Amino acid sequence: MDNLLSLLIALIFLAGFATPLIHKLAGKKTGLLLAIVPLSLFIVLLLELLQLAPRESALLQTSVSLLPGMDFAFRIDGLSLIFGLLISGIGTLVLLYAAFYMAKYERQAHFFTYLTLFMGAMIGLVFSDNLMVLFIFWEITSVTSFFLIGFDHHVDKSRQAALQALLITGFGGLCLLFAVILTGNITGTYVISELLQQSIHLGNHPQYYLILALIILGAITKSAQFPFHFWLPGAMQAPTPVSAYLHSATMVNAGVFLLMRIYPIMGGTMPWKYALMITGGITMFLGAFFSMGQRDFKRILAFTTISALGTMILLIGIDTTSSLKAALVFFIVHGLYKGGLFMIAGIIDKTTGTRDIYDLHGLGRQLPLTAAVTLLALVSMAGLPPMLGFLGKELIYEAKMQLPDVAWLVLPLSVGANIMMVAISITVYYELFFRRKNKAAITLKYRERELPFYFLAGPVLLAAAGLFLGISPAFLELPVGNGLFFMGALTGSIQLSLWHGFNEVLRLSIFTVLSGISVFMLRAPITRFIQKMVRWFDQWPLPTLFTQLINKYLTAAAKNTNLLQHGYHRFYLLTFFLAVIALMGLQIFRITEIDLPELAASPLKIHVALLLLVTAGAVIYAVFSSSRLSAILAMGVVGYGIALLYLYYGAIDLAITQFLAETVLMVLFVMVIYYLPAFAVLSSRKSRLRDGLISLGVGTFITLVVLKAKFLNLETPISEYFAARAYTEGHGRNIVNVILVDFRALDTMGEVTVLILAAAGVYSLFRFQIKTLKKKKQNKA
Amino acid sequence: MEYIIAIFIGLLYACGVYLVLRRSIVKVILGVFVLSNATNLIIFLSGGITRGGAAFIPEGAETVDPATISDPLPQALILTAIVISLGISAYILALKYRYFDVTGTHDLDQLKNTDQR
Repeated sequence: MDNLLSLLIALIFLAGFATPLIHKLAGKKTGLLLAIVPLSLFIVLLLELLQLAPRESALLQTSVSLLPGMDFAFRIDGLSLIFGLLISGIGTLVLLYAAFYMAKYERQAHFFTYLTLFMGAMIGLVFSDNLMVLFIFWEITSVTSFFLIGFDHHVDKSRQAALQALLITGFGGLCLLFAVILTGNITGTYVISELLQQSIHLGNHPQYYLILALIILGAITKSAQFPFHFWLPGAMQAPTPVSAYLHSATMVNAGVFLLMRIYPIMGGTMPWKYALMITGGITMFLGAFFSMGQRDFKRILAFTTISALGTMILLIGIDTTSSLKAALVFFIVHGLYKGGLFMIAGIIDKTTGTRDIYDLHGLGRQLPLTAAVTLLALVSMAGLPPMLGFLGKELIYEAKMQLPDVAWLVLPLSVGANIMMVAISITVYYELFFRRKNKAAITLKYRERELPFYFLAGPVLLAAAGLFLGISPAFLELPVGNGLFFMGALTGSIQLSLWHGFNEVLRLSIFTVLSGISVFMLRAPITRFIQKMVRWFDQWPLPTLFTQLINKYLTAAAKNTNLLQHGYHRFYLLTFFLAVIALMGLQIFRITEIDLPELAASPLKIHVALLLLVTAGAVIYAVFSSSRLSAILAMGVVGYGIALLYLYYGAIDLAITQFLAETVLMVLFVMVIYYLPAFAVLSSRKSRLRDGLISLGVGTFITLVVLKAKFLNLETPISEYFAARAYTEGHGRNIVNVILVDFRALDTMGEVTVLILAAAGVYSLFRFQIKTLKKKKQNKA
Repeated sequence: MEYIIAIFIGLLYACGVYLVLRRSIVKVILGVFVLSNATNLIIFLSGGITRGGAAFIPEGAETVDPATISDPLPQALILTAIVISLGISAYILALKYRYFDVTGTHDLDQLKNTDQR
């Protein structure tokens, strides 16, 4: 059973990579075939859930390990099971749905590959028992969602939306990586189970604030919280199945999952509470508020998603057992109705050709099944009985009412957001399905009966699940209770029921519904007001600001690069030499005061001094000569001079080599020089002066280094080793030769290789020349 | 003696750097020769500049007193360096020859945009 689960998770990835092949065989049925994989995963997870005890978690070790300490192990507890079930369940329905929705699209193989890999990454994210592995899956979801959002890559908007989503979630990913590394450094482990078992809490660590800020940044960018919320409405450029999936169970919910997962390790402190409550509260209210001003069905849904995610983040921030419970239940609620609603938006788009709710009306008679399903989903979104949404909302109200100090602020925000949710639900339903007398009936491209059953299965099953769980919420008690236990709640069991007496919470709910209805009645002025607000808000359009910021950054980077990478060879060298003089010179003076050796360390030898003088003269002549040939000859004099110096100091082999090499080089140079242009003064007087000064600086600096090193008289030169063993072990009397061919034979081997390569290079360079010459001759002839 | 040799090496470096900073590629090549020679010299003299005998083990003896010979290890290293710099110099010369043949210029400043724009 356990092995089966690991295998299935691996199988999703395998299926993802094999999708192009499957597509070739199955064609348009690819989505249907692929759906088998998440469906079987869903079933296995369900069985796994039945086996789970209230306070128990299971750990599946696999033999796969990325690096030491980064094993792929899967952790099964209430939290990961809830997420895993929704991801695989909705994933199955999305694949079925996409099989029809994408039927006329090109590049379906690409689409299903991305979607399946995305699903696999999401599953891996929620089940992984290692923070590093979690991060890797987190990044894979960012990358694959980039491809999914930008799937219509011929549309400019799609590309922009995809890039925006990638940059924002990528930024969050980097924050997460940083936080994970810091956490690992402090606790010494990346393994989540160990962290939970040892009940380590980072709250008192000096780096806690940094880690917390990074984690929260990672979570709120992924979960599209204010002020990073704008990538999510943009992301609806993706094909509808993708939107349905991104919004309901995956991607944006990953941030919520992360916060729940690390809650026992770093949650519950004051900064945690306030940061999450403020971000979540603002996002919750703004999202619900702005959804009312939209016309596009998908866009309305996108804003309600933002609001719902804000609610979840807020609940995690409130940080009581009941709020965490509410957050977890609300995640299920939201996943079920949002997945269904997006699929319905797609169905309406397919059948009518538009998603503008104000252009549509009277679809109730034409699409009866869709209307019924939409009603259930919207009832859940509005938080009315008997759907699960009612339970979710009641729990949320209950959690917020128990809040000790800030209930006065959080509760009105929350009630306000819920009123807007009720109003938008009624509005959407009214605009879409009620008949208007003065308008002509909408002509449909498909009738409901013409749609395949698997296209409708998604919303129907999701709405049914919402209804079923709403009536019998006891099924959720086990996973939610287990999840809560591993979030540090004391009890491992909870009770959930739809009806819990006529109390304050219920009164508040009734107030919410009534207000929602009145907002719906007055929707014309309110919508106008909100649209005005949206316009006012658009004076500081975050997406545009974001794009501008990115563009400015790119321009600055390009300028910077052009400044540094100017392409002038000598200026690179100039920078290099100046840096060497400055930094190393500074270091030499800093370590010790200059302490020059005694002048009388060794007596002056007149003939050596003369040799040096001649050589120095030759090198200066070579620099300033205006004739190529004499410069080269002077260079030869320098080489021979140094060879003589070697000879004077007893290095016979060196001297011989230097003589030979210098001679060969002179010959080569003289051969080539015939073809080269005469010396010309290319640089200005000023730059020559500057170069001269810099060269003198480098020369002085080298002189100082050489003196400072006192010719490096080390205590025990290892040369004694060679002198002692050259004959006994190397069987040669010339120690230098023995070192070259015996002790350091590999060096010599490398040297020979360099020579061969150089020879091959020289040969090929000249050979080319011969060929081109021949061609030229032929052309002339 | 140390002073004179140190100044000599410094002078070689100064000349090498000056040549390397020129725009004409022939001068740059000459500069590289000078710099490699000067560097060899530093390594050689790092073994101490006391004059010693050649690093041979005399006939009939098994070892030699290290104090009486010049240090063999830097010599071996420099020997390798000389040979390699010979190979590289030959290659640079051939490359330069080819390059002038193709581009018709020996001004490095005109070479800066071959890979972009």
